[in-house]
Amino acid sequence: MFGFDALALARAQFAFTVMFHIVFPALSIGLASYLMVLEGLWLRTGRAVYIYLFRYWLKIFSLAFGMGVVSGLVMSYQFGTNWAVFSDKAGPIIGPLMGYEVLSAFFLEAGFLGIMLFGMNKVGRGLHFLATCIVAFGTLFSAFWILSVNSWMQTPDGFTLAADGRFLPTSWMRIMFNPSFFVRFPHMVLASYLSVAFLVGATGAWHLLHDRQNPAARMMFSMSMWMAAIVAPIQIGMGDLHGLNTLQYQPAKVAAMEGLFDTTRGAPLALFGIPNMQTEHLDYAIEIPHASSLILRHEWNGEVQGLKAWPVADRPNALVVFWSFRVMVGLGFAMLSIGLASLWLRHKRRLYDSRVLHWAVVAMGPSGLIALLAGWVTTEVGRQPYTVFGLLRTADSLSPIAAPGVAASLAAFAVVYFLVFGSGVLFLLKLMAAPPHSGETGPDPQMPARSSGIMPGPVLVAGE
Amino acid sequence: MMTLPWLDLPMVWAGLIAVAVLAYVLLDGFDLGCGILFAIEHHDEDRDVMVNSIAPVWDDNETWLVLGGGGLLAVFPLAYATILPALYPTMIGMLLALVFRGVAFEFRFRATTRGGRQAWDIAFGVGSTVAAFCQGLTLGGLVQGVKVVDRAYAGGWWDWLTGFSILCGIALVVGYALLGATWLIWRTEGELQERCRGYARTLGGTTLGLIGVVSLWTPMLNPAFQARWFGWPGIVLTSPVPVLVALLAWRFWRGLKRREEASPFLCALGWFVLCFVGLGISIFPAIVPPSITIWDAAAPPESQAFLLVGAVVLVPMILAYTGYAYWVFRGKVRPGAHYH
Ligand code: HDD
Ligand code: HEM
Ligand code: HEM
Repeated sequence: MFGFDALALARAQFAFTVMFHIVFPALSIGLASYLMVLEGLWLRTGRAVYIYLFRYWLKIFSLAFGMGVVSGLVMSYQFGTNWAVFSDKAGPIIGPLMGYEVLSAFFLEAGFLGIMLFGMNKVGRGLHFLATCIVAFGTLFSAFWILSVNSWMQTPDGFTLAADGRFLPTSWMRIMFNPSFFVRFPHMVLASYLSVAFLVGATGAWHLLHDRQNPAARMMFSMSMWMAAIVAPIQIGMGDLHGLNTLQYQPAKVAAMEGLFDTTRGAPLALFGIPNMQTEHLDYAIEIPHASSLILRHEWNGEVQGLKAWPVADRPNALVVFWSFRVMVGLGFAMLSIGLASLWLRHKRRLYDSRVLHWAVVAMGPSGLIALLAGWVTTEVGRQPYTVFGLLRTADSLSPIAAPGVAASLAAFAVVYFLVFGSGVLFLLKLMAAPPHSGETGPDPQMPARSSGIMPGPVLVAGE
Repeated sequence: MMTLPWLDLPMVWAGLIAVAVLAYVLLDGFDLGCGILFAIEHHDEDRDVMVNSIAPVWDDNETWLVLGGGGLLAVFPLAYATILPALYPTMIGMLLALVFRGVAFEFRFRATTRGGRQAWDIAFGVGSTVAAFCQGLTLGGLVQGVKVVDRAYAGGWWDWLTGFSILCGIALVVGYALLGATWLIWRTEGELQERCRGYARTLGGTTLGLIGVVSLWTPMLNPAFQARWFGWPGIVLTSPVPVLVALLAWRFWRGLKRREEASPFLCALGWFVLCFVGLGISIFPAIVPPSITIWDAAAPPESQAFLLVGAVVLVPMILAYTGYAYWVFRGKVRPGAHYH
């Protein structure tokens, strides 16, 4: 089909569907924790602004969560439909981990989601808050298990290879807590938090640009700027650790991230360049001498391996990895700058008045999600040409489905996803464009809850 | 490792996976059924009630499908790796249909124009119907047999498409619609409930007829099935199944006539359970008929034991809090109620 073979099409399909999927879990992970904090603050202080914000973001959360669930359902069957050999061989290891994800996380989230969304007036405040907390922890459990799976595919451990090529578990501890898990899991959770912080911040900033006094907008802006100021530097530190870990276990990936072809002592850090896989050269490079060696080896003249150290068939695509890595890191530093600027303006008491900052944050609204996607592209494209790093090649993982079949399903996914998730994103934006309630009074957390007459969905309520 | 020599792990897991799939069919069955009934229920207010009756629980219901798939990958990876490629088109069709069905819960309430609202209502109805039909095709395609050579699917692109699988597809659409109608009898009141009683009569009769045809056709697919159903001693196990179906039918119509609220739903669920048992009798111990048994497909005992520990601890908890969630949202769903 159009010159693509079944392998390329299956990869494209997996990449396409998982990149749609991950956006929504990232929102759910971040928003669930944010909602938990908001509800907790409301119960403690009784301030109306918290419950307004809770309700405002709850609607957005429920939309994002729904889209996460349906796109995730697709993912859980794609290993079988498109990567049958991989499933057969790695199933004994990744299957039970994903099984635990379903049992310990998905059911938990789904079971309490109904109560969190619709049950405020049915179960009383304490129990409702408990449901919110359970959903929030459920999303973190999900991330825990699926990142354990993904990390195992990057840095496999705790198994033996059977004669027929199947991976047989020998130590579940070493499988779950494989060598890259400890950097990947926190990095991803923080990425979700940052993604949500910047979306919330952009929403707040947008409404501040129209009405500087709106208390709900001020509150969300302020909260998210704290997140940016605190979490962005931690994330950068985490990223540094992550890079060192990758250098140890997947040095070819690091060479691709750096666009380094020749093994070099005192390797420079390329700020810009176009890695050319054919000529094995970094074209148009702008470099800082010795910086790579300093970052990776903590030595002026430390040695960094270049891609030529691996046979051509074992190298990841440096062009993609080099650039996706720079997008992520660049945005990370942009987030840090916003965080620092907000600290300075807060100190000057101009946090709510600086239109420059507000516009900058609006522009940075999607930056978290973009960095997150760029990070995953770095990770996954950098793992190529393997599905289980070093052991099982992507080309040997495929299902026996001919190219036209995969092309047809890929086309169907493309049409449906753009239609459905495109509409979903429009709904999300519309909800975020609605100004948050700026009323002064709200329900009192001490008052008894009404116990009847409340049902799940509003009947065609315009706007709200 | 923690292997338990006295435990036939593949048997235990075959039972657990079967329970997960059955739970999915029963629970999402009535969700999808409500969607299928959108084809004949056109009033906004009634549609809202129908959707509101399932909104707090559908996500939980669908999770059983994730457990079915994820569980298969974990404990019977070979089955997962052969069934899904064999039934690729029906699986993709089902997943895409479920995408439409799932997002429509949120989107139809968010649409601000009448056209938008209608479009997502159609997505909900058509998504539910197509998902049910594809599930039937998948089931039929599996039961009639999947060609496997060397641990990989070796059949063609269209092998699943036969008269039998289409019949299974239709049967599942009708059966789910019946579950939906009887669920609504239980959870609603007034005119909607009255109309659902009417639907339940027609759908009940049709479902029974389809169960009959599928049951007669299944043993003809494969001599092994036949031997199990009609040979000695299998017949001791199989003969009660039709008898129980008939008993439930009697109870079902009595319930409808006496205007009972819950019994038609329970009887319809009972039919599904019995059909599922019948299916199990036909194919056991194969998991991918005709050739792969549960022992062939089993993951190593280390994998099965590891997940079993979690299942033993977590499944009872899941059942408990799922039950609680249903209890919180018990009672009649009334029109015009808002959530704010
Ligand atoms: C459970 C394991 C797992 C997890 C958690 C992820 N992936 Fe992945 N990814 C795979 C398992 C995998 C895979 C099955 O191993 C693929 C399919 C083909 C391949 O080569 O690897 C893959 C490929 C793949 C590719 C294509 C790479 C290429 O073909 O060059 C991209 C861009 C992504 N994934 C992106 C993501 C994103 C954005 C994720 C965030 C959720 C993600 N992956 C999580
Ligand atoms: C390719 C790998 C993945 C598969 C197979 C997968 C599978 C799924 C499935 C089946 C669901 C729906 C669960 C339900 O019915 O409630 C889901 C939702 C979810 N997934 Fe994924 N997922 C993948 C990647 C990820 C990653 C990388 C993360 C996060 C780090 C993640 C986090 C979540 C979360 C938090 C949810 C809950 C729903 C939501 O938040 O939107 N998933 N996923
Ligand atoms: C600026 C400093 C940052 C550095 C140095 C950094 C470094 C890294 C490294 C080395 C990887 C691993 C690639 C691999 O070996 O597999 C990675 C992955 C990733 N990054 Fe970053 N990162 C930074 C900022 C960010 C930011 C701001 C975000 C998102 C908000 C982000 C999101 C991700 C994600 C989602 C992944 C893939 C998952 C994972 O492997 O953990 N990163 N990052």
